[in-house]
Amino acid sequence: MTEIPEEILRRSAEARAKATGRDVAEVLAEMRGDDSPSSAKEASIEQPTATAAAPTAPEKPLPTEEIPEIPEEILRRAAEARAEATGQDVEVVLTELRQGAPPSISPPQPATAVASQIPVDPPSSIVPEVAPTASGSAAAAPVEQRPDLATLAEQTGIPAHLLERSYRARAKAEGREEPVPGEVDGPVSAPAVAASGAATGSVSTAAPVAAVPEGVRTQRLLTVVKAGAIQQVKKEPTDKVNTWPHLLAIEFVALMVVTVALFVFSAFVDAPLLEFANFNDQPNPSKAPWYFLGLQELLSYFDPQVAGVLIPGIGLLGLAIIPYIDRNPSVKPSDRKLAIMTFSFFVMASGILTIFGSFFRGPGFNFVFPWVDGIFFDF
Amino acid sequence: MANGNSNGRPGLKIRVGEALGHVRESEVWSSIFRPGSPFRAGYSDSPRNRSYVIMNNVLYHLHPVKVKRHGVRLSYTLCLGGLSFFLFILLTITGIFLMFYYRPTSPAAFNDVAALSTDIAFGQMTRNLHRWGAHLMVLTVFLHMCRVFYHGAYKPPREFNWVVGVILLLLTLLLSFTGYLLPWDQLAIWAVTVGTNMAAYTPVFGSQVSFALLGDIQVTANTLLRWYVLHVLFLPFIIVVFMAVHFWRVRKDGGISGPL
Repeated sequence: MTEIPEEILRRSAEARAKATGRDVAEVLAEMRGDDSPSSAKEASIEQPTATAAAPTAPEKPLPTEEIPEIPEEILRRAAEARAEATGQDVEVVLTELRQGAPPSISPPQPATAVASQIPVDPPSSIVPEVAPTASGSAAAAPVEQRPDLATLAEQTGIPAHLLERSYRARAKAEGREEPVPGEVDGPVSAPAVAASGAATGSVSTAAPVAAVPEGVRTQRLLTVVKAGAIQQVKKEPTDKVNTWPHLLAIEFVALMVVTVALFVFSAFVDAPLLEFANFNDQPNPSKAPWYFLGLQELLSYFDPQVAGVLIPGIGLLGLAIIPYIDRNPSVKPSDRKLAIMTFSFFVMASGILTIFGSFFRGPGFNFVFPWVDGIFFDF
Repeated sequence: MANGNSNGRPGLKIRVGEALGHVRESEVWSSIFRPGSPFRAGYSDSPRNRSYVIMNNVLYHLHPVKVKRHGVRLSYTLCLGGLSFFLFILLTITGIFLMFYYRPTSPAAFNDVAALSTDIAFGQMTRNLHRWGAHLMVLTVFLHMCRVFYHGAYKPPREFNWVVGVILLLLTLLLSFTGYLLPWDQLAIWAVTVGTNMAAYTPVFGSQVSFALLGDIQVTANTLLRWYVLHVLFLPFIIVVFMAVHFWRVRKDGGISGPL
């Protein structure tokens, strides 16, 4: 489960407090206590079954201790992958994984139920170790050869005939004696079969129930996907607002402000219009539009090929390939001092050159002080 | 007297309100405004309708239904990108107005522009809006680029959109520069002469580049026609294509960039 950012939690608590008329701090504390309704439900369901199943191990904290069923090798592989992704040490991650496994791996209730009923094969301890002690009758393995399949089917939700088929296949593979189809042992009770099948008769003939002997596992652990180990499926909770009205209102105001400002400016300042174009009368100085005056200023220092072609060309190209040069993934200003300094240098340089070319260059493009000789500049 | 008169009939305000209510409930009205429009009868402020406002409107559809809260803060974007787009629209509208009164030929061009301030209603105002809006757009596009840089918003997955943005900056400059010549006065031709002289220094192809730009060996009436077509047709067409890609990529790359 992803951590909910503090500010979102707080805002949510405030909204809930406002709606229910309670104190914000109280709601906040409650939300922190059970951060989501689903986890609360999970815990409440889990509690009774787990305690009933494991009276000998009450010291274990409940939800996280479901996990000893993760095979060591899978745990290690997950730890290695995560260690590579986060750059931590494998052993550290491994210990972390062992301690805090997510409760979402398997639905808690069925797992506990299975654990309490399935006979355990000790070496492959796929079932929690609470099982042998808890399921007293079923796990008294040497005594009982055929566990109660119908009850098992009822509790696990796996149809009885599938359990039967699994048992027989395994028995065949191990070369044990195959029970006669249709032969139903004592423990199978009629209501249990009826619960799992359509009718008692059809189940007992079509899919005869046989007992699962010791060592037969009726479930297999295919894989364990830990949250965040392979792929973050659920998005991080982001704080979003509706575009309407929040963004559109701001945009509308911004448009209005700019429109009004432009209208007012246009009402008082007219666009320049000098005399009719005359190719025999070059004004002194002749200036480019203001956004090219930085380049024109550079013409005073460099060869035209450098100032007029090379510098703007390289500048534009360099601007375009910034994302492919700057491979630093961080967006924090403190992490990208060099990038910010370089960019700011060029922005300021072009700004200064433009201002210089606009206001400090007079006739013959010679240096002037605008407050002494006047401004030689037109928009 | 509750209705503001004494003859027993409902007041004007109430009658107008009723009439408007009938119009809003009519079939014509609800065929124009799609479900979720605030102009439709029975609009209520609900999360569902707030989504419909965006989804069911061709203009607002540029936006996602929801945006990150930090992106809404004025101090984050300063609206610079949106204002650049708005100025482009403003320049398109005022530009179309100006085109009605302008001929891109040698003596006529200057006379037409001069006539805007004397003969044509709101001619001077429209020309002012067009000129100042153009200068402002160069400024907002440049500042938008700076804002994006300082937020590191060009970083993956937004690298290519930055490149598109640089192309848009160049196109904005070219649009402004081609428009600079059109008044056909002393300021226009000599500014363009200075600007295009720089292009003539392009290595190897210098004279060809210069000729392609001017349509002659110096600024003449050929240049005027050429730049007019570039300014009112070719460059707007290109910039609209790149703007479409730019806006589309903003959405596809996950909306506005994250907070610092």
